[in-house]
Amino acid sequence: MQQPTSHPIGTEKAISIRNLYKSFGELHVLRGVDLDVFKGENVVVLGRSGTGKSVLIKIIAGLLKPDQGTVQVLNQEVPSLSEKQLRELRLKIGFSFQNSALYDSMTVRENLEFPLVRNVKNLSRSEINRAVEEVLDSVGLSQTINQMPSELSGGQRKRIGIARTLIMNPEIMLYDEPTAGLDPITCMEINELINEVRERYHTSSIIITHDLTCAKATGDRLAMLFDGQFIREGTFEEVFETDEERIKSFYDYNFVE
Amino acid sequence: MRRNSRDYVITRRIDNLLLNFYEAYMFMGRFFREAFRGPLEFQELVKQCYQIGYRSLPLISLTGFITGMVFTKQSRPSLMEFGATSWLPSLVSIAIVRALAPLITSLISAGKVGSSIGAELGSMRVTEQIDAMEVSAVNPFKFLVVTRVLASTISIPILSFYCAFVGLMGSFLDVTLNEETNIVAFFEKAFEQITFLDIGSALFKAIAYGFTIGMVGCYKGYNATQGTQGVGKAANASVVLSMFLIFLEEVAIVQITNWMR
Ligand SMILES: Nc1ncnc2c1ncn2[C@@H]1O[C@H](COP(=O)(O)OP(=O)(O)O)[C@@H](O)[C@H]1O
Ligand SMILES: [Mg+2]
Repeated sequence: MQQPTSHPIGTEKAISIRNLYKSFGELHVLRGVDLDVFKGENVVVLGRSGTGKSVLIKIIAGLLKPDQGTVQVLNQEVPSLSEKQLRELRLKIGFSFQNSALYDSMTVRENLEFPLVRNVKNLSRSEINRAVEEVLDSVGLSQTINQMPSELSGGQRKRIGIARTLIMNPEIMLYDEPTAGLDPITCMEINELINEVRERYHTSSIIITHDLTCAKATGDRLAMLFDGQFIREGTFEEVFETDEERIKSFYDYNFVE
Repeated sequence: MRRNSRDYVITRRIDNLLLNFYEAYMFMGRFFREAFRGPLEFQELVKQCYQIGYRSLPLISLTGFITGMVFTKQSRPSLMEFGATSWLPSLVSIAIVRALAPLITSLISAGKVGSSIGAELGSMRVTEQIDAMEVSAVNPFKFLVVTRVLASTISIPILSFYCAFVGLMGSFLDVTLNEETNIVAFFEKAFEQITFLDIGSALFKAIAYGFTIGMVGCYKGYNATQGTQGVGKAANASVVLSMFLIFLEEVAIVQITNWMR
């Protein structure tokens, strides 16, 4: 079992959320969420499907507006940012979507260039190529550069999705179920990649998952979302050494080694 | 999550309809704001013009040609009764330029282009590709919507005139086979009755229809929900709604041009 490599975790907060509420109509998804992510830290968010894990990170990235509460990312209050400020903040956030969200109509190269050429002005062709090759290399998929997303496997798509965010040198990474639907070996590779990304790009991350192998391999700290609140927080052992029924049953259902 | 009937201003259906109008109106407003702000995604615009315009050519050619020919064939007996078959070219050209070409082109495009825009953006929405653009600090509205609406507003007028031309060629073929004519004489006769107002209103119609098709397809696709089902719904709704709007616009524009005549 690979453990997260020892890594300096800062005391400064990258993300700080207080008293966050979000409903869709009558559906109260988040009900008073508090969460801190320190610089350099990997925080795993656990929870059954439909508990609002994706909603939480979409609020962090400014894709959804919260009903109530404060959401500070790199010392900026996300819900009250102007369009321009939000755009600048997003350059520092990498978002890996659950189903990778690669642009179907573009090749791998075009997918990777897409954010770069639109956000960094006056890059030469060779600078763009170098950046593309570098991120492809860091996810180990240099050979796929001219392929279409439909020709890639699930694990490869996930990696390209991560590479597409790395090209902007993010300070924060948000991974939405990075190992969902992948076979165990590919899962392990993705876990390693998540840890490598932190080493190489010095990112602070939130990793959403209900794969406990992934949680154990990547998380410095785990937080369990249940009924719209975090009910438990700590290292893997701290979270699961308990007799509490809802945590034990979650463990029994999700831990496959 | 059923709401109580008291929560609606009028009834649920009418409330939703009005809300829909309001949202569509805001969407259109956003188009005009974003279209004129900052640099255009030029490469994507060219690509879309190619997709929408160039790839519709075979279908438009076929339909236009057959329409011109069939219309000529069917009009001949009536004109023969008055011994006025020499009027065929003018009659056909009035029908084609004034009415048929823009309408046929836009109805075909509503089916072909509207559904493909609706499905493409719909699937990009439900697979989170639009969210992915947004979080990578790229404006998806500008990249996807502005380019597609402009491309269809530009392409459909061009296709319409092309359709008119092909239709007249179909008619010419039928006329040469049945009456004595040559191509110069045919076209001279055909354009005798066509006024500047006819061309202008045909152009105006085609621009309006092109804009409608692009706008409706993008609106339905961009706001798709409910997974893969939503993609089909977006494509389907794009076709139905844009055809409906095209008919309304047709009636309104014809009414106005007749007043101007
Ligand atoms: N944009 C939205 N509109 C309405 N309901 C939503 C929206 N996004 C999420 N939901 C609902 O919120 C709940 C939590 O969703 P989500 O965060 O995706 O769960 P998960 O923890 O599995 O990631 C679900 O019941 C979902 O249907
Ligand atoms: Mg989710």
